[in-house]
Amino acid sequence: MDTQQQLDDFQRRIDNGEKIEPKDWMPERYRKQLIRIMSQHAHSEIVGMLPEGNWITRAPSLRRKVALLAKVQDEAGHGLYLYSAAETLGISRDELVEQLLDGTAKYSSIFNYPTLTWADMGAVGWLVDGAAIINQVMLTKTSYGPYARAMVRICKEESFHQRQGYEIMLALANGTEAQKQMAQDALNRFWWPSLMMFGPRDEDSPNTEQSMKWKIKKKTNDELRQQFVDQTVPQADILGLTIPDPDLKWNEERGHYDFGEIDWEEFWNVVKGNGPCNLKRLEDRNAAWDNGAWVREAAVAHAEKQAAKRVSKSA
Amino acid sequence: MEQKALYDYLLLLGDNSAILGQRLGELCGHGPELETDIALTNVSLDLFGQVRNYFQYAAKVAGEDATEDSIAMLRLEHEYKNSLLVEQPNRDFAYVICRQFLFDTYHQLLLNELVNSKNDQIAAIAKKSIKEVDYHYDISSTWMQRLGDGTEESNKRLQDALDFLWRYSMELFKPTDTEIIMAEMGVGPDLETLRPVYLERVKDIFLKSNVIAKEDAIFQYGGKTGTHTEYLGYILAEFQYMQRAYPNMQW
Amino acid sequence: MNKDWPIWEIFIRSKNGLEHRHAGSLHAADAEMAIQNARDVYTRRQEGVSVWVVESKHITASNPEKSGELFEPAKDKVYRHPTFYDLPDEIKHM
Repeated sequence: MDTQQQLDDFQRRIDNGEKIEPKDWMPERYRKQLIRIMSQHAHSEIVGMLPEGNWITRAPSLRRKVALLAKVQDEAGHGLYLYSAAETLGISRDELVEQLLDGTAKYSSIFNYPTLTWADMGAVGWLVDGAAIINQVMLTKTSYGPYARAMVRICKEESFHQRQGYEIMLALANGTEAQKQMAQDALNRFWWPSLMMFGPRDEDSPNTEQSMKWKIKKKTNDELRQQFVDQTVPQADILGLTIPDPDLKWNEERGHYDFGEIDWEEFWNVVKGNGPCNLKRLEDRNAAWDNGAWVREAAVAHAEKQAAKRVSKSA
Repeated sequence: MEQKALYDYLLLLGDNSAILGQRLGELCGHGPELETDIALTNVSLDLFGQVRNYFQYAAKVAGEDATEDSIAMLRLEHEYKNSLLVEQPNRDFAYVICRQFLFDTYHQLLLNELVNSKNDQIAAIAKKSIKEVDYHYDISSTWMQRLGDGTEESNKRLQDALDFLWRYSMELFKPTDTEIIMAEMGVGPDLETLRPVYLERVKDIFLKSNVIAKEDAIFQYGGKTGTHTEYLGYILAEFQYMQRAYPNMQW
Repeated sequence: MNKDWPIWEIFIRSKNGLEHRHAGSLHAADAEMAIQNARDVYTRRQEGVSVWVVESKHITASNPEKSGELFEPAKDKVYRHPTFYDLPDEIKHM
């Protein structure tokens, strides 16, 4: 049981801006909350490979193909960094993967929407990565050392992702009528789900207060969402695309854009597993894991045999 | 005439990388472990990098409006010159590794010759590619041994894959008319001379992997001259989709 | 049999002349695979010229609860630093 003294000391370290490292004492709830957040983050990277991987074989040019391949590959890398960081908290990657595969762990709901056209690769890069970066930049300052370090590396690598997406949109926006329509359609479908990426409203987000207190997060969901809208609207203007929100307008007084209400029923439906692609995503991850079981096993068996050979040689 | 032969030769070189790269691209996100996904995607990226080098050069040779993309994506099926081996499907990880190993061993031998090509462009591309392919070979040959030596199941799967894929291996060394001309001009190697070294190398790894190549295999040929297996049509349906559905657009 | 691949710590030398630094972790079944994976995971953007891999279980870490006795006594040993010593102004470099 965590004593009050320990909790107070811990909070003092956090308030002083100290980073917490793996072997340091930490409250059990801090550890649990971190595992939840970091593994959700890792799962999102891994599941996020699927909607974009969906277009690798169909990319319209070789240049776009290598960029997309490199981007999806980075996502595997980012998932890997985050799982590794989570593992410092005393849970194994296999346990975390298990939680994803049996549906108990969550991942970002955005990846439960389908990528139907090439323009979706643009929209995902521009909006989804744009939203992710806002969150990730904040997390480079998070209080848990391994998480913060993973985020620094990830942010460095992600800087090309959003550009990659925006450039796709730009080419479409400057293209033929069919391409412009494709771009607008992608924006229409991905705008609201992108806003949902920041999670429930602050008043409906039970973990936010504690996360802020422990400096796991430094900004609330609604603050981050506002930041995203403010930065994205001018980018849409440059593309000549229309954001599908009749309530969107600049508020001089606040110095921010006002925007319409998210369809929270849809939000919770997708979170609870009833989005358009939830089943398909989990099916694909399960298939990859199950079909790979014999490979992982073979590699371990080979390593053990090799180790045994070395021992008998040296004996 | 010589330009035509050179153009065709660039297709022979580029198509193998393109179709194999495409096959590996299908796997991205579906591999047995994150680390293997990242590794195989790297291989795919290397291969597409080579494709771009070959086809940018081919576009110059072809002149007119040809681009790397029109060459890569706007030919008919029988105009693709890749070997049958690289279009074989990703049935399981053993097929992926075995296909890769059979190709990498050839690719390495080929590029080692091409660095001395009398065609400077090709020599330069080979010089850059050889380092990538040396690494591909490291990955596929070590994985051959892991799978072959690992468990009873992995050994059986690898043997199955080899039984299936081995029949496509010798096409790599049977020269087409184009390759004969290129060898005469000192642009490309005499493929037949590479075959014994190839057999020696792959059999060494087969031995270390506890698998055997069928002695009585009936080898299959045709891809390099445009007669493919049924798989290629479907690969191209995806590869060409955007260029076919939305012709003459910039992406 | 335990099918999980063990976790490894990866150290990378970014260029000759510099030391290897901890880059992160990954999973691999054996050392050879760990090196290959490290190359693919941590040096995709030319981050390195040399890689060390160590299975994480072989690393022994100091106990944070002992960090007081381990590290704090060094605090007041100012005589280990050059600024502790007074020299005449005429001596420019020493």
